[in-house]
Amino acid sequence: MRRWWPGLLLVSPSIVAIAVFVYGLLGWNFKVAMTDQHDEISQGHFVGLENFTGIWDQERWGISVRHAVVFTVVFVVGALVLGWFLAFLMEKGIRGEGGFRAIYLFPMAVSFIATGVVWRWLMNSGTGERAVGLNRLLPDFLQWHWFRDPGWGMAAMAVPAIWQMSGYVMALFLAGFRGVPEELRESARVDGCTEWQVYRHIVLPYLRPVTLAALIILGHISLKVFDLIVAVSGKQIITDVPAIFMWNAVFDSHDPAKGATIAAYIVISVCVFVVPYLIWNARRRDGR
Amino acid sequence: MATVAVSMAGLLSLSACGGGSDKTESGGQAAAKKVEVFSWWTGPGEADGLKAMEAIFAKQYPQFSFFDAAVAGGSGDQARALLSSKLQANQPPDTFQGHAGAELQGYIKGGKLESLNFLYDELKLKSVFPQQLIDQISVQGQVYSVPVNIHRSNILWFNPSVLKTAGISAAPKTVDEFIADLDKVKKAGKIPISIGSQWTLVHLLESTLLGSLGTDAYNALWTANADWSSADVTKALTNFKTILSYAGTPQEDWQPAAKQVADGEAAFNIMGDWAYGYFHNPPDGGLGKASKTDFDWAPSPGTDGTYLWLSDSFTLPKGAPNRDGAIAWLKVAASKEGQDAFNPKKGSIPARKDADKSLYTDYLAWDLDQWSTDKLAGSIQHGVVANDAWRTAINDAVGLFQQDQDVAKFQTALADAAKNSGQ
Repeated sequence: MRRWWPGLLLVSPSIVAIAVFVYGLLGWNFKVAMTDQHDEISQGHFVGLENFTGIWDQERWGISVRHAVVFTVVFVVGALVLGWFLAFLMEKGIRGEGGFRAIYLFPMAVSFIATGVVWRWLMNSGTGERAVGLNRLLPDFLQWHWFRDPGWGMAAMAVPAIWQMSGYVMALFLAGFRGVPEELRESARVDGCTEWQVYRHIVLPYLRPVTLAALIILGHISLKVFDLIVAVSGKQIITDVPAIFMWNAVFDSHDPAKGATIAAYIVISVCVFVVPYLIWNARRRDGR
Repeated sequence: MATVAVSMAGLLSLSACGGGSDKTESGGQAAAKKVEVFSWWTGPGEADGLKAMEAIFAKQYPQFSFFDAAVAGGSGDQARALLSSKLQANQPPDTFQGHAGAELQGYIKGGKLESLNFLYDELKLKSVFPQQLIDQISVQGQVYSVPVNIHRSNILWFNPSVLKTAGISAAPKTVDEFIADLDKVKKAGKIPISIGSQWTLVHLLESTLLGSLGTDAYNALWTANADWSSADVTKALTNFKTILSYAGTPQEDWQPAAKQVADGEAAFNIMGDWAYGYFHNPPDGGLGKASKTDFDWAPSPGTDGTYLWLSDSFTLPKGAPNRDGAIAWLKVAASKEGQDAFNPKKGSIPARKDADKSLYTDYLAWDLDQWSTDKLAGSIQHGVVANDAWRTAINDAVGLFQQDQDVAKFQTALADAAKNSGQ
């Protein structure tokens, strides 16, 4: 009895704050999403899941979901592969590792807004004689319209995000690599494994938890992405994602219910990433 | 004599007393004396204009102190988001900037704004602003804002030397001529018309609609018995599609698109008259180009004689902490002196008809002249004719049209937008 209450007292402010500002507001958001309050003045009435199903009839919603999926896949895979590769190179013990590590991690310190402003220029859509930014460095047949490309523009949008986050992924993987006990590798080598087999059967399985953690972190950043896209292209359909659509619904067309519905979908999609991870984590801990 | 002196001294001390007590009062209500003016005028030119108006305010109303609550961000996106949360929490600034017209409707319906009819009557504003302007910003006979400036949306900017190479002698007068000219420029190997991000297409759409439909039909689109499904609208939207097919690669915003014209890469650009300052101002803020030789302008095709206007205005929110101060500010904003101080700096013209013409030169002189004679039509993208919900829906429709180029679907989307606008 006497042993737990100081602890509880210590954490209770944050419990209260989280209860009100996270879960309380989340709940409120879901409540608004289930009303027909389509302007700021009227009192909404409960309409159940009507908004959640109705939004799929809107062409713009389909586009923004498709964009979010393309962005997420390219960004997560790109950052994981690049981050892993950088860590793999570092793990070989190159000279001046500390310097390289700092250089690769630096982009993390930049905000997405600043990244976006710079990359907006780098990804200028001018080609041929009018090329500026990256197109100027590329041969003619490789120049393209970057994020203005109607088909794969969102893949281009993922490039600055990969640039920014791959250093962080590298740091995670590097820690993972370093966590593999040297004895294990040595004994595998003694048993006649080639260096490739050592990686394939010893190191990679060790990296699985790190990979999963990186996947979760990148995935939830990606599904909520807003600032980067606003900084690069503003609020245009051509690079629309749910978070932009939500801003548009709430602040431009003044439709709280629609905005709350989109916000709810964003939360749900992040949960799809995070909850299985939490369950898996909890199980693993129990297993030990 | 002595008695006179004594009584004089008494009077003096009395008046001194009066002054003193006044001062203590003002000291006690220092917070209430502050007038919070909320705007998004932070850029070059506009911020200077605001300063000039502030100086007049300080001179005329020394009992109030001006508090500049400007939020940066072009066309006020960020500012409006903050403002709407302030109003919802019933913590309005004393007065705030808004585009005159339908953009304010949400606030009016929400009962957030006071009618300014009393001020219009007191200052006889109905006789100094054009009647059509008053009509277009009135909601059920009530006016809710004081227009400070007027900008023109339907301007066709062009590069005279590019036109010459393409064999075009004068700016196109009609939409059909315009399309023919675009084709000539294309054959000459230049970008026929430059465009920017999505909103610049909505801007282009409003000029195309006005030019194709004519002023009365355009103005009718925003009334209760509008017919968005008519064949005329189909024709206008087809024109829009044709014009877009001659467009260059979309640029980041309106400035890079305008710059393509100034640099001689593109022939035409349709943009509001704020582009004039960008073309003309010295480098560091502008491009330093000579008007009439490096760049020139005309009413956008088919719209000669009509002024597609937009206007920044100030309002009086209900429950303004310092209502008297806000009214004092509105009086300055409505005055000839205030508007003539603000507008030459901002690069716009006064809404008043009695402005001092000598202050406005080059483009602005032409503009002021047109303002006093033209018929008026309100801008879509800049908040005059469509409320926020409607404007956002039109923006969505244009964004989708940009991708699929389907006129029939576009027209349906616009008709639905009109129907669902709740305006």
